[in-house]
Amino acid sequence: MAFLSAHFVAIVFYVLAVLAVAGGVGVITFKNPVHSALSLLGTFLMVAGLFVLRHAEFLGAVQLLVYAGGIMVLFLFVIMLVNVRRLSPDAAFLSRRAPLAVLSGVVFGALIAFGVLAGSLGHPGGGATALQMVQGHVMGNTEAVGWTLYRHFLVPFEIVSVVLLVAMIGAIIFGRKDAGLEGRGGRMEP
Amino acid sequence: MHAALIQFIVIPVVKIAVILGVVLLVVAYLTFAERKILAYMQVRLGPNRVGPKGWLQPIADGLKLFVKEDLIPAKAEKAVFLLAPAMIMIPALLAFSVIPFAPATKLFGLLPKAIPPYVTDINIALLFVLGISSIGVYGIILGGWSSNNKFSLMGGLRSAAQMVSYEVPMGFAIIAVLLMARSLSLVQIVKAQQAAHLWFFVPGILALGIYFICGVAETNRNPFDLPEAESELVAGFHTEYSGMKFAFFFLAEYTNMLVVSSLATIMFFGGWLRPFPNVAWLSFLGVVPPVIWFAVKVAGFIFVYMWFRGTFPRYRFDQLMQVGWKWLIPLSLANLVIVGAGVLLVKG
Repeated sequence: MAFLSAHFVAIVFYVLAVLAVAGGVGVITFKNPVHSALSLLGTFLMVAGLFVLRHAEFLGAVQLLVYAGGIMVLFLFVIMLVNVRRLSPDAAFLSRRAPLAVLSGVVFGALIAFGVLAGSLGHPGGGATALQMVQGHVMGNTEAVGWTLYRHFLVPFEIVSVVLLVAMIGAIIFGRKDAGLEGRGGRMEP
Repeated sequence: MHAALIQFIVIPVVKIAVILGVVLLVVAYLTFAERKILAYMQVRLGPNRVGPKGWLQPIADGLKLFVKEDLIPAKAEKAVFLLAPAMIMIPALLAFSVIPFAPATKLFGLLPKAIPPYVTDINIALLFVLGISSIGVYGIILGGWSSNNKFSLMGGLRSAAQMVSYEVPMGFAIIAVLLMARSLSLVQIVKAQQAAHLWFFVPGILALGIYFICGVAETNRNPFDLPEAESELVAGFHTEYSGMKFAFFFLAEYTNMLVVSSLATIMFFGGWLRPFPNVAWLSFLGVVPPVIWFAVKVAGFIFVYMWFRGTFPRYRFDQLMQVGWKWLIPLSLANLVIVGAGVLLVKG
């Protein structure tokens, strides 16, 4: 009991982390795309748990709302609409790109390692309330994220939103009926 | 250690057990209420055989569903088929972990010190409920897909499109409340209404309308019950489900109605507060416990749900999408601007 209460956070962390990684492995090993999508959903939920564990409650809730509740639903929607039950039997159709995948994986891993290293050097010992500070007061993660985004990073934030808007308009233009895909059964009718 | 054990283990477990029990019982009786109210609207008697005036009908229904044969279609995707009912029921019940039914109470002096009757009050409660209820759609999509049935798949797809579309205006409507309350904690939202001497449905009447319409759509209720439109889809996503698994889908729908109604009560009608909480000569209303006020307001919303079912025909799917994207989203954005300007003017 004493061990449990002393290491509670660590135990929860390892359970969540192991399940998150297991979900990630599941995404690439399952043959059925819906099972893969469900594994990814599991990973998203576990990562949301990790955010909450690190006192980033806002990020956790947004992870739940946007990734688990929005993006994955659209993934599943598309998978079901084209109704793929199994991946194509010759698994070789992706293997030509394997070196490229390994390369991008290594680069991505190095980036993350660099980020972690830089983060641990730059802010030694942030503490439990570091993600909830607003101008020196402990308020809450939502307030802290809001202040940081809208005070210190307003211009990058707005630029990102314009980029997203452009992407959205682009998607609408590509998806329009007269874009040339009509007549080949490409029209969506849920 | 002993005190900590009581505070962190015993009290929460008791609260969770009581809340789960009450919610499930209320949900069971909501099905009865719905049948009685619909019967009244259609000039029928409704269920009246089991128990006095039919009051034991939900218990009989539950028993029937429990002992019924549980079929799994031969061509179904078995693991996902079994998972789907749980994936719709768990989020629906989980939402009640943050819903404040009443303020901290001593239970008429039975307890040595006041404890809050809700499970927990987190400062992102509103986002949490939104996130959790957006997980609930998986039960419907996966149930529809794993049944390996055209109608079920159609129901699942419709539901996915509908829920994703209506989540957006719902979120915008909620942000309007957020601007007025300046907190995501549901307890703080109720307290903000007490401090403002005003329930938020007055400045947020448009937000309330948008929120409730989206709430009806999110719970797949009439007139937005296209995922299970029985005349075209033979009950849609739950066609292949029977016995207890069907009961889970059925109960989850009513649980979600309860969640939407509770949130509407908390955000727009002052939660557990009595009417005009700051008017002194109305203080005799305070003899009614806060939880009763809460229940009465929630019951009002539930009645509106059933009223809708009794009076509205079902939308067509393209109409549903048009209402969502072309009306509710622009309207909720405009409402956000108006409420934001109002908050800025009043509070500075």
